Amino acid sequence: MLPVIESYGICKNFGTTSALDDISFTVNESEIFGFIGPDGSGKTTLFRILTTLMLPDKGNMKLLGMDNIIHYKELRENIGYMPGRFSLYQDLSVEENLNFYATVFGTTVDENYDLISDIYSHIEPFKKRLAGKLSGGMKQKLALSCALIHKPKILVLDEPTTGVDAISRSEFWQMLEKLKTHNITIIVSTPYMDEAMRCDRVALIQNGKILLIDRPEKISEGFSRKLFKVKASEKYKLIISLRKYSETITAWPFGDSVHLTLKKDKADDSLLVFLKKEGIPDPVIEEAKAGIEDRFLELMEKGSNE
Amino acid sequence: MFGNDNMNDKVIDVHDLVKKFGSFVANDNLNFEVYKGEIFGFLGANGAGKTTAIRILSGLSRPTSGEVKVAGFDAYKQTELIKKNIGYMCQKFSLYEDLTVKENIMLYGGIYGMKLALIKKRISELLERLSFQEYENSIISDLPLGLRQKLAFSVAVLHEPKIVFLDEPTGGVDPITRRQFWEMIYETAARGITVFVTTHYMDEAEYCDRISIMSEGKIVALDTPLALKKRYETETVEEVFIKIARPLKN
Repeated sequence: MLPVIESYGICKNFGTTSALDDISFTVNESEIFGFIGPDGSGKTTLFRILTTLMLPDKGNMKLLGMDNIIHYKELRENIGYMPGRFSLYQDLSVEENLNFYATVFGTTVDENYDLISDIYSHIEPFKKRLAGKLSGGMKQKLALSCALIHKPKILVLDEPTTGVDAISRSEFWQMLEKLKTHNITIIVSTPYMDEAMRCDRVALIQNGKILLIDRPEKISEGFSRKLFKVKASEKYKLIISLRKYSETITAWPFGDSVHLTLKKDKADDSLLVFLKKEGIPDPVIEEAKAGIEDRFLELMEKGSNE
Repeated sequence: MFGNDNMNDKVIDVHDLVKKFGSFVANDNLNFEVYKGEIFGFLGANGAGKTTAIRILSGLSRPTSGEVKVAGFDAYKQTELIKKNIGYMCQKFSLYEDLTVKENIMLYGGIYGMKLALIKKRISELLERLSFQEYENSIISDLPLGLRQKLAFSVAVLHEPKIVFLDEPTGGVDPITRRQFWEMIYETAARGITVFVTTHYMDEAEYCDRISIMSEGKIVALDTPLALKKRYETETVEEVFIKIARPLKN
């Protein structure tokens, strides 16, 4: 089966800034493919090229077997796009927005309602409310409904959960997972590492380059060292002290603990002795499994050292 | 962590705070205190009433009823004094995009009423601390987000206020910069400046000394992250949040 998206050597420059550098990847049908990377990494630029809204400087791309430059008109009918920070007309109501999008794509709300009903049902009670007056979570659901109303084969979501609370984020991902059953291929970008775990495959992107593409579990498995978790009641003091320890390679705060890598991959008594001397009497040190964020930090540091 | 001699030094003192917009109750009898040098996390689902409360605490809006003191000043009658004694950093706007790094610092220093000599001193300290010397004359819009956020934070505390309010300061920033930013927060709190922060990154809630969780206008939890996890029998603050930040009626 042919991949739904094929990208080869895509490059894009803005003046002297290289926004995208040799971006190559493929996406298969019904996959949820995630681009994980910080602001400025090139995700939005890539998505604009994917959705035929911007031309690359180099490289080529095929979506649904069609060249993205030659067949841009046909592709636009088959792509749903939810750009970063909402795409809604603030002074139109919920139902006016939805009707507008349906009309622009030459369809009606009724025709594809079954596709969006799960999502839209959350906001339907507010259908007369102006989009500008909706909460973040509701805007997100409306924007998603508008992106799906013409039943696209490919859905492109640029940071759909930024600025939204943890509960709404979780609900949103549940909705995306349901869309897979409709054979919709989903491309999504997010700065939230934990959302990477909900994708089928993930591309880590930084400074316009792809660092790695793989299944999320595989990405964390590739962490090159042993990882240690250290806990103590005074977190900041702990971080500063760990960084002073001669065997430390990296010490990063991670929620309620510090993730530590050591030169010899061994945490022994000398660490405990050191920390006691630093005024940290009872640290808890244990070996831990690296997560996707640990790997991303490792790759980022390697990238900046090259 | 905040030192013992600061324990009783309240920088925010809120009793029965109510804020209504017409008949809609955005803040429904809030009660809490925040101490000097504390890192206080202010969490809640979108629409819970956090922004309304922060606007009152930063002197931008007045309560409907209740007692509110910020940095020792009354939130009804002394809003201008509150504004002079706090710092504020929000996601949507912090620095002037078409000015340089140095120009922004000069501008904010002037707004805070700082003397020129002091502003100049702080500029070189700040640039050195952030290793930003090469960016002194760079236009803000040319700088990547991570750098801008760090700079915006430094500017928000340029005048060494009693409290700094941070509204989702690390949204979209890369994981390394996010952590560096939090180390700046730790350093700031260690200097005795109280940090009042809202965030949607639940792992960041764990960095706070205490957190409060708002839901539908009320505070439904307020304690240290550890105590909350014990009480709700969860491993992470995120799980606590999911348990209590939304009413069960849905």
